[in-house]
Amino acid sequence: MHSPSPAAINRRDFLASVGVGGAGLVLALSLPARGGAAGVRKAAGELNAWLRIGADNSITVLVDRSEMGQGVYTALPMLLAEELEVGIAAIRIISAPVGDAYVNQGNGGQITGTSNSVADAWLKLRTAGAQARLMLTSAAAQVWGIVPDQCHAENGSIQSAHGKSLSYGELAAAAAKLPVPQNVKLKERADFKLIGQSLPRLDTPSKVDGSAEFGIDVKLPGMLHAALAQCATLGGSAQSFDASTAQAMPGVRKVLSCASGIMVIADHYWQAIKARDELKISWDHGANAKLDNAGIRAALHKSLLAGKSLSARKDGDPVQALKGAHKNVSAVYELPMLAHAPMEPMNCTADVRGDRCDLYVGTQAQQLAQSAAAAALGLAPEKVRVFTTLIGGAFGRRLDTDFIPAAALASQAVGRPVKLLWTREDDMMHDFYRPPALIGLSGAFDAQMKLTAWDFHTTSPSITARFDPTSKDPFDSVLEAAANYFYVVPNVAVRYTRQEVGVDFGYLRSVSNAINCFAVECFMDELAAAADVKPYDFRHGLLASKPRHRRVLEEAGRRAGLGEAAPGHFKGLALMEAYGTVLAEVAEISIDAGAVKVHKITCVVDCGQMVNPKIIESQVEGGIVFGLSSTLWGDITISKGQVQQTNFNTYRVLRANEMPIIEVHLLSSDEPPGGIGEPSVALVAPAVCNAICAATGRRLRALPIGTQQLTRT
Amino acid sequence: MIKLNVNSTVLEIDADPETPLLWVLRDHLGMTGTKFGCGKAMCGACTVHLDGVPVRSCLVPLNAVEGKAVTTIEGLSADRSHVLQKAWIELDVPQCGYCQSGQLMSAAALLNANPDPSDADIDAAMAGNICRCGTYSRIRAAVHRAAELLKASGAHA
Repeated sequence: MHSPSPAAINRRDFLASVGVGGAGLVLALSLPARGGAAGVRKAAGELNAWLRIGADNSITVLVDRSEMGQGVYTALPMLLAEELEVGIAAIRIISAPVGDAYVNQGNGGQITGTSNSVADAWLKLRTAGAQARLMLTSAAAQVWGIVPDQCHAENGSIQSAHGKSLSYGELAAAAAKLPVPQNVKLKERADFKLIGQSLPRLDTPSKVDGSAEFGIDVKLPGMLHAALAQCATLGGSAQSFDASTAQAMPGVRKVLSCASGIMVIADHYWQAIKARDELKISWDHGANAKLDNAGIRAALHKSLLAGKSLSARKDGDPVQALKGAHKNVSAVYELPMLAHAPMEPMNCTADVRGDRCDLYVGTQAQQLAQSAAAAALGLAPEKVRVFTTLIGGAFGRRLDTDFIPAAALASQAVGRPVKLLWTREDDMMHDFYRPPALIGLSGAFDAQMKLTAWDFHTTSPSITARFDPTSKDPFDSVLEAAANYFYVVPNVAVRYTRQEVGVDFGYLRSVSNAINCFAVECFMDELAAAADVKPYDFRHGLLASKPRHRRVLEEAGRRAGLGEAAPGHFKGLALMEAYGTVLAEVAEISIDAGAVKVHKITCVVDCGQMVNPKIIESQVEGGIVFGLSSTLWGDITISKGQVQQTNFNTYRVLRANEMPIIEVHLLSSDEPPGGIGEPSVALVAPAVCNAICAATGRRLRALPIGTQQLTRT
Repeated sequence: MIKLNVNSTVLEIDADPETPLLWVLRDHLGMTGTKFGCGKAMCGACTVHLDGVPVRSCLVPLNAVEGKAVTTIEGLSADRSHVLQKAWIELDVPQCGYCQSGQLMSAAALLNANPDPSDADIDAAMAGNICRCGTYSRIRAAVHRAAELLKASGAHA
């Protein structure tokens, strides 16, 4: 298995999975209860877990979700500021420590994932803002000896009906001592001043002058730098090593063995890297020494044919409906492994002093980070403080904590702060990859060519089971999207066969949606073709009772000009619901010398009520770029247990000169806020492949498109 | 000791002359605006200017820099007043922001050479800078916007 350091995770202690029906990533944490912000005493002017107001009128918001580009350091403060009656421009952001108040109810832990940061904060932070405003109002009323009803909040101050005014800074210390009002009334949507506005991101200025501090940028007095040599074979470990040369190199302080490999600790990172190259390590390649892609595919194929499966959803009698059908259509789809490849390689800075440890780390899961370091050091979790830095891309990679224990052990060993940094090659070859999947689909038509049955059967390793091997529903993260099939068909089966292949897999942006939606939406086009109906009309016909989906589909058809195309251009469509968001994409392509050129992707989104449309638009755009990279080229391959892709030359991602036009249309909606960081990723592959089929007649059932020759069949 | 001119300040560095400029900037000088992405000049996150020319600092050894002027993101302006920084803020270009120092330095070199670039000029100049968040459309729009600001000010980038 992939580097399960002894430090890593006493899984039983804190992770249990929840099955289908929840969100794609549902990790329930059961950590020892500890009140408030890690037991820190309430400071003066601390009105609640998210808000501090200084006597100097400074307003600090503690954001409990990690900022990795998706805009939570702007959108979440906007929710609080809306009810607090302050603008956001002067708000100072700090990352929240580990604390019970900061648990994401949608994920069961202090976790940034599942595209639900805004959904989770929607009532919570508005309530926190409203409570603080009422406490400030009461404090002012006490000063003036009037009732609170004679006061109102306005732009950072409380005004009395008689023209008196006190600033929040003047009131904060007194207000913080008042009881927290319950059952507060929140503003109606029509009264929003901030929510719904495309306000400038609060983190932008620091991201244009180099001052933004990511994990890799942390500087502590006396800090040393560490590089880690890991076995190139997944799950392999060091048998023995000779560090005599490395040890004697300039700047090298210590060479240290840990569960994930051999670490070199030096004054400067370059010294650590140079010395790492001189380590002579004898590796035990472990159980994966002969693992390769052919073996993985064969295992999945065997598993798919074996027929045994767990049921994730069953409507009607799909077996009978398939048997008695007038016409059956079947196909098998195949998805490759993918790497996260965020721009900032994995890193962690640890400062261990006695029985305490401070972690400075870009993590999506503060409690898991804390537990990982605590377990490695043999400390109680509350002895570890987690300072979450800005994150240079995560996409789910930083839900895992495999890079944390080594940093903690390094600091403990040298008695100084240590920053452990992986190289790009370390990062690419030791990811928790998106699991491979094989998906068998069948559809059945009656004599009127009405779709009467839908059967989706996927075989894949489980992500959930890695965190909780005892999970009874180990399939949420590989077929949740399929289980949410929304077309109205009387007989539906969604089934899973778990097939492990010896490698540990992780959550990758859009998780099951990207895995499932490719197969589902391509197969919908196959069924449409079998019924001799246009793909748009076929879908539309199955959405009579689904107005929200129908509206998105209709808008997409209209905005993208479906049914018309320039000579040599072809369009493909895909529709999806995920994370409480409904969206459609239309890809416009041409085929040049057997290769696809994507000209344009139009995306229509109903993500419910919006907090900051400009950020939403950039998330949708970015998701499309992410999805297009993997659609065209994303492919992690394994030979002799080693990942063959090592850097951006062999793991190709989209560049500026390869960009299509991306058009995003956000629909006004009264639905609750849906997720937006992930969903647009998933529709790119089916939309592009449906367009390719329109152009060539050739149905691509495997990704990536890569070098597959796309000539007309 | 090797003499280095970074953002118009002359400094003396005591480091292995083979040390890549990237790590000299980050570890020895504490200038962490320049980012490590791939270590192989394939992603552009570490882009700085050497005598005005954009280079990938992860592959430029310290001893090749002596006597040349290094400009980093910290030297683009003292107060985010460079036209590109203004345009980047106006359009809210960054998402995670990690690659943006490199993007800005590549764009700055482009504007220096070509104050009114076409889409194709921008795509060609920026193709070496990967953004995994996918901010490319906004980067292109922001380079155009910076060119407009430049024209309006009558100055040179």
